[in-house]
Parts: sequence; structure tokens; C-alpha cells
Amino acid sequence: MCKAPQAPLAFFLRLAVTSFRSGLKKAASNRLKVYPSLKNKGTTMTIAKTVGLAIIGTALAVGGASAQQKTIKIATEGAYAPWNFTGAGGKLEGFDVDIANELCNRMKAKCEIVAQDWDGIIPALTAKKYDAIVAGMSITDERKKTINFSLPYASGPNGFLVAKSSPLAKMPGTGQTFNLATQKEAAEKAIEAVKPLLKGKSIGVQGSTIHANFADKYYKGAAEIREYKTTEAHDLDLAAGRIDAVLADSTALIGTLEKPEFSKDYVLVGPAMSGGLLGEGVGIGLRKEDTELKKAFDDAIQAAVQDGTVKKLSEKWFKIDISPKG
Amino acid sequence: MDFAFMQEAFLRLIAGVPLTLNLAFTSIAFGAIFAMLLALMRMSNIKVLDWPAQAYVFVFRGTPLLVQIFLIYYGLGQFRPTLDALGLWGFFREPYWCAVLALTMNTAAYGSEIIRGGLQAVPHHQVEAARACGMSGFLLFRRIIFPIAVRQALPAYGSEIILMVKATSLASVITMMEVTGLAAKMISQTFRAVEVFVVAGVIYLVMNFIITRIIMAIEWWLSPHLRRPPAIEPRLEAAHV
Repeated sequence: MCKAPQAPLAFFLRLAVTSFRSGLKKAASNRLKVYPSLKNKGTTMTIAKTVGLAIIGTALAVGGASAQQKTIKIATEGAYAPWNFTGAGGKLEGFDVDIANELCNRMKAKCEIVAQDWDGIIPALTAKKYDAIVAGMSITDERKKTINFSLPYASGPNGFLVAKSSPLAKMPGTGQTFNLATQKEAAEKAIEAVKPLLKGKSIGVQGSTIHANFADKYYKGAAEIREYKTTEAHDLDLAAGRIDAVLADSTALIGTLEKPEFSKDYVLVGPAMSGGLLGEGVGIGLRKEDTELKKAFDDAIQAAVQDGTVKKLSEKWFKIDISPKG
Repeated sequence: MDFAFMQEAFLRLIAGVPLTLNLAFTSIAFGAIFAMLLALMRMSNIKVLDWPAQAYVFVFRGTPLLVQIFLIYYGLGQFRPTLDALGLWGFFREPYWCAVLALTMNTAAYGSEIIRGGLQAVPHHQVEAARACGMSGFLLFRRIIFPIAVRQALPAYGSEIILMVKATSLASVITMMEVTGLAAKMISQTFRAVEVFVVAGVIYLVMNFIITRIIMAIEWWLSPHLRRPPAIEPRLEAAHV
């Protein structure tokens, strides 16, 4: 059919190099032909500068205007029940939504709550798509490098959700609570005690969360860790039996356990960890430069925690009190 | 732009390249066989073969790959007892095989149309000439129709291969940590979307550059009849005539 070329490998390489070269040459000559004005650097630079200044000018004007109106745009995830989720009517609901509305009332501000995917929630805040994140976000050192946080409005430990029939259901440390910052040794001992049981198992976590970081740091060698986009996705895979356990915030797991598919055959186990890598509680994410907004939120949170509103809302959504203490 | 950071990002994302290429080429290999089968079914002129193939192509070309991946992974995950009974759960339990299955089904639908186009564009006079030489059936297909069809289909099939390499990025939604999955993870840890995605884009660009060159080389190798013949040097003696 065809004559095979001699030494095919060398031949292909030569062909790749020569065609790449000729391609480059062609591209270069085309550019000169089509855009002769590019050669005139001076004019181009002036145009670029003018355009740049105009853009900056517009941005400043827009920024100034939005600061004057007192509308605060707040983002939540909408897929982290019972913290925040999209209800039957397509409306955002949950603990975070109630907290956001409560704080806005106290601040006498007009608020607009929007849904935003979790893995882009911080970049979009810094890009000024909205002004605050109220999405069950834990305050961590890693996140503090990029954004600022209000005072915590909640704090809850993590845990494992497993099938009752699984060997993991007898996990040591169940019912005990540890703080990774203040009880480091005891907490690490409890983690070591869990490890042998996890050998060869797979754990689902939501990517970009403190739980993913926690699993990476403490359980990486012991078990296979799979990262999901949402908590709903790892719950589905737990129900399907693709993974043996879900590691998440115990409040979220309590929410999962309320669903009919999970209430009968699944159980919350393992040592309840908080602090350290897991953060100092759940706060509102804000841009670093918005110090006034932070002060307003801090005052409102303090007032809402003190008069028991946060406790009331927490019991409404989680059945337990996770309002920050002390 | 922070180049030290981009270098770090490059080193972390490059770890996802083997999985990206593995997903792409496994599904292209299975998909090509399946596509050939579908193309032959469509050209068989037998209604019971033609219609299912047409319906298949319609469904898999007409729905987004992301939806197909979700349906195969999370959708079938809900029918575990049935799949267990059929002995298929071992396959559907693994996100890798679910991703390969979705990508294969998808590329088979597109590929079958490309192959059908290639086969139908084989000039009729060539087939007639072959028949006149006494070829028919499989011999005719193997010697004349298939080699010509492959040459005609290759440029379009090359694009399909590139599309598949890029389509593997969707496997990250079912926990596969390929280049895009690792990029998303890195962004969530560093919150520096621009640098990480630029690096991820460059990695895909390099992979696809190499693939396009390989396809171009194969095209060149398959079409000696289109190349300019080497210039014949006039013999020196000719000057004395």
C-alpha cells in the first residue's frame, strides 16, 4: 500500500521540528503583513494607557456607588444542608440563610443572598462578585491568608458517617470530643486508634474543605481519600456503597441522617475533632480591605449570640446548640 | 504573575497527566472499535441494524457528556442491588471505569459519523476498478475501501482525539484526580485561580500539540501520492549532448 519510511522515529521527530519551525515563520510573517501598525510602538502604548485609565476610572466609579447604597451581596453554597441548601421552591434556606437575614436586620442593611459553587467561593469574593460569604465556612489560617473573617457565629466538631452494618460502625473514640489545638496529644492518640480500622477503606470528603485537609493530613496513608464537589455527592456514593465512610462536619452529618435513605441504616461515629487545622469555628468570609463591614458583622454577631438568637436558630436547624461559647 | 508559584503548580499538575492520557487513550481505543461497528451498522442497509445505531448516535451526540457521566456514575449507583445481581457492580463501583465508559460511549457516537463519512466518500470509480480487477467482499474492503476511508477520515478523527483529551477534564466531577481535578484542588488551597488555570491550560496545550504533530505525521505517511515528487537532478552528461 505505502512505502514505510526508514527509521520512523527519527523521521517523525524531524517532521515535527520542521513543521513547527515553518509554522512559526508563517505566523511571524502573517502578523507583519496584517498588522503593520503594531510596528509603531509609540501609538500603541498611548492607546493602551488611555484604555487602561478608562477602565480603572469606571471601576472606581462603580465601586464608589455600591459603597454608598447599603446593599450587601452575600454568597452561600446552597448544597450543604442543613447549613444552606436550595429548598423545594428553589429558594435558598438553612441556618446560614437565617443567620444572614438576622444579621442584616440588626445592621439595618439590605441584603441579597446568592448561590455560588463551593470551590470558587473565595476567588469570587476577592473578585468582588459579592461582599460576604455566609456558607458554614470554618475560620482557618490558610483561608486567612487571602480573606478576613468575622467573629465565629457557630462551632461544630467533625465525625464519620458509616453504615451500621460496616465494621467501621464500632469505631473507637465515638462520643468523645477532642480539640486539636488544646488537646493535641490526646487527639492524635484517638486518631491513631482509628487508623487500623480504616485500612483498605475509602473515605469521602468534600474537596476544598477543612475536612479534606484533615483527611489528607491524618488519614492519607491509612485509607483512600476521594474528594467530591458537594456533600450531597459523597452522601450518594456512601449510599451506593462506593465509599465506606464520609468525613464531614457533624452538623452536616446530622442533616444527612434526617433523610429517609440514611436514618435507618447509617450512624455517626468516631472521635469528634475540632480546633487546630479544623479552624476556630464558623465565620463570615470578608475581603481584607472591608474593615467597616467586618466591624458591623462582628457587632451584630456578638449581639445575636448574647441574646440567644444564634442558639435558637441552631436548635431549629441542627437540634443541638452549636452557638460559639465564651 | 508569580513564576516560582507557577513552577510549583506545574510540578503538581504534571502528576495528573498520566491519568488524563490514560483516560483519553483507553476510551479512544475502545471507542474506535465501537465506532467502526456503529458505522458499519449504519451502512449495512439492514433496518434492524441501522435504526439502533442511528438512535444511539442521536442520543449520545445530543446530550452533554457531563450529563452522561453523572447518569452513569450517580444514576446507576442508585441501582446497586440490580447491578450486584448482574455481577456488574465491580465495574460500576470504580469511578475510573465509569469515566472510561462515559467517554467511550461518547466518542463512539462522534467517531462513527466520522468513519461513515470517510467510508461513503470513497470514490465509486475506485471501487469499480477494484471490482474489475476481481476483488470483492472483505478483500475489496481491506485493500481499497478501508485504506482510502482512513486517509479521508483522519483529519476529522484527529480533532476528535483532541476533543477527547480535553473531555477527560470532566472526569474530575466523579473524584478522578486528573489535571483539572488537581488544578481545582490546588486553587482551593491557594485561591490563585489565574496562575493555576494558566498552567493547566499550558499542559493541555502541550499534550495536544504533540498529538496533532503525531496525527500530521501519520497523515503524511499515509499519503505519499499527495507529496511533491523529489526533484530529479539533471545528469551531468546531459550537458555534453
